[in-house]
Amino acid sequence: MPNNNQSEQRLLTSLLNGITGGNISVVDLTMTLDRKVPTIVLPPELGQSWPFRMEEISRYDARGPASYWNNFSCGEHTGTHFDAPIHWISGKDLPNNATDTIPPDMFIAHACVIDCCAEANEDPDYLLTVKDVEIWEEKYGTIPPRSWLIMRTDWSLKKDPVEYLNLDDEGSHTPGPHQDLIPWLIDERDVVGFGCEAVGTDAGQAAHFTVPMPCHHLMHGRGRFGLPALTNLDKLPPHGSVLITPPLKIRQGSGSPVRVLALTEQT
Amino acid sequence: MTTLLPTPKRKDPVKRTRKPSKPPGDRSREAQGLATMAASGRFALQVCRECKKTQYPPRQFCGGCLSDQIEWQDVSNGGKLLAETTLQHSNDVFFRDRLPWRLGIIIADAGPSIIVHLAEDCVQGQRVRMSLAIDRAGNAAITARPEKPTPQEEDDLQLREMAFDPKDRRVLIVDGKTEMGLELAKAFEKAGARDIFVGHSQPWRASVHLEAIRKMDKTTIYPLDVTDSDSVEELASMIGDKVEIMINNSYHLRMGGVLDRFDINTSHDEMEIHYHGLMRLAAYFGPVMRSRGADGHHGATAWLNILSAYAWVNNPQMGTYSASQAAALSLSQCLRAELADGGVRIVNTFIGPIEDEWYQLAPPPKLVPSTVARKIVESLKRGIEDIPIGAVAEEIIERLAENPKEIERTIKL
Repeated sequence: MPNNNQSEQRLLTSLLNGITGGNISVVDLTMTLDRKVPTIVLPPELGQSWPFRMEEISRYDARGPASYWNNFSCGEHTGTHFDAPIHWISGKDLPNNATDTIPPDMFIAHACVIDCCAEANEDPDYLLTVKDVEIWEEKYGTIPPRSWLIMRTDWSLKKDPVEYLNLDDEGSHTPGPHQDLIPWLIDERDVVGFGCEAVGTDAGQAAHFTVPMPCHHLMHGRGRFGLPALTNLDKLPPHGSVLITPPLKIRQGSGSPVRVLALTEQT
Repeated sequence: MTTLLPTPKRKDPVKRTRKPSKPPGDRSREAQGLATMAASGRFALQVCRECKKTQYPPRQFCGGCLSDQIEWQDVSNGGKLLAETTLQHSNDVFFRDRLPWRLGIIIADAGPSIIVHLAEDCVQGQRVRMSLAIDRAGNAAITARPEKPTPQEEDDLQLREMAFDPKDRRVLIVDGKTEMGLELAKAFEKAGARDIFVGHSQPWRASVHLEAIRKMDKTTIYPLDVTDSDSVEELASMIGDKVEIMINNSYHLRMGGVLDRFDINTSHDEMEIHYHGLMRLAAYFGPVMRSRGADGHHGATAWLNILSAYAWVNNPQMGTYSASQAAALSLSQCLRAELADGGVRIVNTFIGPIEDEWYQLAPPPKLVPSTVARKIVESLKRGIEDIPIGAVAEEIIERLAENPKEIERTIKL
């Protein structure tokens, strides 16, 4: 036992030394939550997710002379957020499927980052395929089990919500995973989930796939997670970084805004 | 012919803005009856049920037979100008700021002689038509113009104080993404508005109506989301000191009541847009509009809310929507009191179902937005405070007056 403790102590100490000494960088992959953060656009007759709103409680004034603080409101899936399996009907009966019951160790996982910037720039409806991932693996090695697959598109650089959501009269046009990729990632690579820069983990046109919304339906149906609306992915290496993604502990929460941090090691 | 309204100039930055003041006078309870008639655009006076005498000013008893059986009746607004005078001096601040001021005595066809605010082109001995208006203090006042309309009569500076004529004024239409927003923009352009500012939220949702507004001459489009305090504050900081007529046409209708569609999220959205939205607009645009109530001949004058007639009585088929409209109506009354010091008046329009996608399954009669927009501009020109538009709104008023419990139990689309 003492030996184990010492070994843990050494690991955490070297982690902290890495962070304070500069060998490990902490990269913030989170969008700033403000009123302009876009939320998913749905037909207006359906239930709608609230946008982020903030009202001042007091600002060192008559309402509270010594304090500044706010009330805020938003949907669980606002800004950079965590999708829990209970979010989708396919994951509704799984054990430990909500933000309060998912084992906390699942919130720390390795990340594999696939650069699809050129493809997404060329085609906003670009879909990431198994073949694309296999090409990535030839270069960087097989995706280790319990990793996030992160699709980098630089989509988060689109600061104008009109460009970011990219809607026309047939819906949104944003990149995402091909429906065949999802079962492969689960069965062949045992990923913890899928992350991306667009407003949702599925492609803008994914409602029209033969398996509609595969990243929601299949990932959550198998107890995996989603991590959309990430930013700063250009600061991550293709592999080797660690993501810290704990959602708020909301009872039976389907997700929550999350401050996503990445630890990357300097080489 | 009326002297032409001076064309508005850009604001002189070194000149102090004239502070708002109000014409004098608390009114008796009876005289407030006159304001009730004026608010809805009627020309009605007290008539005795017993001796049939029409009297003015309003009193508790009949001046002819002392009966207390008197009622408000619509009467002829015609009359003859017996005498006229022009005030060159006044001890009252409001009139001192606006001298000279013309007054007249009319022998009304209905009987009484009435002291009126007199239009520039009325001639002694000739016939006139009177209107019941509401002055800047919110009290009823009677105005007279020549019997036959004269060119540019709406330019009369004195009577312009008692109406909300959009001519040469700058208007903010809160929501430009609906057909109503487009028709309002067209109607105000036609009415000679100087500038038409048009708000729109959720820029990622396309709107053919907004695109049509964008192509108009006098319009400028601005982001404005009434659910977002910062957005309202941002726009107020840009154009708040230019808005002379506010048109709050915020609209979020979802069918359903409580038991059959319990959904706090939907009612939250309705309240955010109709009630808190009005509150946010008021918080950021209200103070500056109130301060500009006397800013020249084109100062801030009116704040118009387009409300549903179901604000008066809940229609359970759209129960939470009706409740949010009732909340907005109540808040508008608070705002009416608060804006009064600046002489800026709250005008509420009440409409029934309109031809749009949210009222798709409602049976006719339904209002077309162009009719609503036209009536709004007409009513603003006349200075009316409560404007029911269309058969549904008018029927609701009648039934509420006759038998409120009957309508409460039977109202439906």
